[in-house]
Amino acid sequence: MATEEMEQLVRREYTQGFVTDIESDTVPPGLDESVIAFISKKKEEPEWMLKWRLEAYHQWLKMKEPSWAHLNYPPIDYQGISYYSAPKKPEDRPQSLDEVDPKLLETYEKLGIPLHERAALAGVAVDAVFDSVSVTTTFKEKLGEAGVIFCSISEAIREYPELIKKYMGTVVPQGDNFFAALNSAVFTDGSFVFVPEGVTCPMELSTYFRINAANTGQFERTLIICEKQAQVSYLEGCTAPQRDENQLHAAIVELVALEDAYIKYSTVQNWYPGDEDGKGGIYNFVTKRADCRGDRSKVSWTQVETGSAITWKYPSCLLRGKDSVGEFYSVAVTNGRQQADTGTKMIHIGEGTKSTIVSKGISAGNSDQSYRGLVKIGPRAKRARNFTQCDSLLIGDRSGAHTFPYQEIGNSSATVEHEATTSKIGEDQLFYCRQRGISEEDAVNMIVNGFCKDVFQELPMEFAVEAEALLNVTLEGAVG
Amino acid sequence: MSATHTFLNRLEERITHLRESSTEPEPSWIAARRQAGTARFEALGFPTKRDEAWKYTDVRRISEGDFALAQNADFSKTTAATLGLPLEAIRLSFVDGVFSSDLSDMTDLPQGLGVEPLSQALKTNHESVGGSLGRLSGVEFSPFAALNTAFTDEGAVIRIGPGVVVEKPIVIQFFSRANAQPVMSHPRVLIEAGARSQATVIEHYVGEEEAANFTNVAGEALLERGAILEHYILQEAPLGDLHIGSLHIAQDRDSRFTSFNINLGGALVRNDLVADLNGEGAEANYYGLFFAQDRQHVDNHTLVNHNAPHTFSNENYKGILDDRARGVFNGKVIVKRDSQKIEAHQSNANLLLSDRAEIDTKPELEIYADDVKCSHGATTGQLDEEAVFALRTRGIDEQTARGLLTLAFAGEVMDKVTLEPVAERVERAVAGKLPERFNLSDLVDVATADQA
Repeated sequence: MATEEMEQLVRREYTQGFVTDIESDTVPPGLDESVIAFISKKKEEPEWMLKWRLEAYHQWLKMKEPSWAHLNYPPIDYQGISYYSAPKKPEDRPQSLDEVDPKLLETYEKLGIPLHERAALAGVAVDAVFDSVSVTTTFKEKLGEAGVIFCSISEAIREYPELIKKYMGTVVPQGDNFFAALNSAVFTDGSFVFVPEGVTCPMELSTYFRINAANTGQFERTLIICEKQAQVSYLEGCTAPQRDENQLHAAIVELVALEDAYIKYSTVQNWYPGDEDGKGGIYNFVTKRADCRGDRSKVSWTQVETGSAITWKYPSCLLRGKDSVGEFYSVAVTNGRQQADTGTKMIHIGEGTKSTIVSKGISAGNSDQSYRGLVKIGPRAKRARNFTQCDSLLIGDRSGAHTFPYQEIGNSSATVEHEATTSKIGEDQLFYCRQRGISEEDAVNMIVNGFCKDVFQELPMEFAVEAEALLNVTLEGAVG
Repeated sequence: MSATHTFLNRLEERITHLRESSTEPEPSWIAARRQAGTARFEALGFPTKRDEAWKYTDVRRISEGDFALAQNADFSKTTAATLGLPLEAIRLSFVDGVFSSDLSDMTDLPQGLGVEPLSQALKTNHESVGGSLGRLSGVEFSPFAALNTAFTDEGAVIRIGPGVVVEKPIVIQFFSRANAQPVMSHPRVLIEAGARSQATVIEHYVGEEEAANFTNVAGEALLERGAILEHYILQEAPLGDLHIGSLHIAQDRDSRFTSFNINLGGALVRNDLVADLNGEGAEANYYGLFFAQDRQHVDNHTLVNHNAPHTFSNENYKGILDDRARGVFNGKVIVKRDSQKIEAHQSNANLLLSDRAEIDTKPELEIYADDVKCSHGATTGQLDEEAVFALRTRGIDEQTARGLLTLAFAGEVMDKVTLEPVAERVERAVAGKLPERFNLSDLVDVATADQA
């Protein structure tokens, strides 16, 4: 669409005003320009942001939902989803942890990660996202002292428009893919992190995402920028309560690492996977990408995926800087009727770039899981190096495990290695444990945890403990 | 879809010719198959890079070409003899797709073995091939398979009776001539291996240096209970030739199929190997070697369907790429639900000799059963400098050291080759084509002298 047309459109929206009631906390299901304008207005965004969203929306309209993934789900009615919901009114938001909904805390407790304890123990600044709006932010001052900006993306759009303009959409462009375009049009919240040159973030940053209100999709957008020689470790964890209707989640995460910067991004995802028949689980279509722009920059993705009915997620690295490094460590566990198509893309562009991929998939019950990865070595990526290992463990004869690793190598000085195995838990391994008085369930958990050890080691300590607990909960009843 | 028109016109020309040259009407099943093939080809058109199976292979050189149909099988006997494999073998020869009885040798066939060109089989007893022809390689597989089916006029029919052990290898020779206008051919290969039979079949593609023809072959092999079949594809086609080929294999209980797929020639080569392991104890082995230089493009797609429990597959492909050559490997293993106690291994290793060469490899596993042992691996890299150094310290010059190590890289696959003359021919050919050309024959002579 031509820019003039676009501008006209934008202006028209403004002259006509908004149809939707600004005071309301949820918009009716459906998506059109007025909904996007409503979201933008609600977030008190400047005009250029709305324009940006509308550009994305118009691209999205022309796109088709991808069908290449090894996934099977009923068609999504994008007009049947409400694209904005906020919990209560802003002034009613809890100002501290004590004011947080006790039920929310209870859910965390069940998982063995009491929020207050974690925050205190680990010195984690928590920016808990309770249905699309940040509800509590702590440790802001301490971060401020170091010069680190850690806030919601909406706040960043208002407070730091220059940074947003400079970086947003440069890693994942508006029209990158169907879900990214949708997100770019309607994203409601997310985190923004900016670590200035030479600063090592004094604590691990963490955001908890929750999906709560029925029938709303959550569209998070996260942007992390590490300037030269800066470092940050970011933790993302998710839980969701039981729902009957499928909830769509299409997030975007953009990471930018300049020279000598290091970003570590860890995720534990435990959204509702649906009931025994696979009904009601969350659809998770995420675009995560890191841009290692600077020389010697490094980005490390670690993910533990145990939830969601459908997972479509490929955290990727664009290794542009000389000697930049990309890492991807993943454990994905599926049970019941869960389906996961996940993996990574490592695009080697700069000289001497290195990447490591370790992916462990466990599928149980009637679930289906695929590893889909791309390692691309460009002609200028001399001495590029990749090592990939993806192992699958099958539990039960109704589960499926698949690997689709793409390798495109255009440089003779590159070394690329890929290994993959698929097997089940060995009878002899089980027997060995049973013989020593370990119950079958414990033995399976132990073996599975051992299988995932390479990845868990990459997680921050307290996250690793949580991940192991999650794994055991997910596999409950998988072995009878 | 205008590109398909030139091909459809040629097809019509061919069919009219076939009908006019025969006094009897064509059997109805062939006519039906032709129709199905034509319809399918028309509907699909030529594949583009948007098709996942053709993502890395551009077939415009074929679709935009204008290929005639060969009118005769004239070819010098001496040239054929020099180009052919130095083997004592049963030979079936085709020149630009046209059967040549002069260059074939089908005398002295053992009892229970039938080797004949498809045209003859259709003439003498069409019903005998009607059942099996096209059973595995249907029109659905690819636009090229559909096009091949539409043509269905020539090819090789090999029938091995139950319990028959064929000592001599059966060589199907496809000669490509340097024609003024490039031609195309759509041969079929049908192999029926009876229960407990044993045989070796070689598809040999070779031709005159200046040739630039298009060969679109569709092969089928049916292995009954306990049959053992070794199948070679020796691709030594002229460097201007375009080649699309597929082979579908159906395996019954306890049968064993071994494929040697060696690609040295052709400008554009695409091979599809599909094995269905339908009976318990069936085993499929795929060994492949591709060496490409200049602007050669070699694409190997393999698929193994483990449809029954207790089936085994093993695959090892090696690629050596030089200059601006491009290699593609796509290996896939599918284990069906309830196909327990499966073992499937797959490996693809590639050696890039030039900065402008490219390899796109994708080893895939799709597994729906849990009691399986499956693995795959893919590596791409360059020669180990330490190994080069180790040889240098032993007084071997760098050129020879690199050449030897490259051959050793291919060795893992070449060692499996059971026919010694084929292995030797390939190794010599590779050695002669390496960027650091070295004389293998001299080395062999020295080694033999040392031993003596």
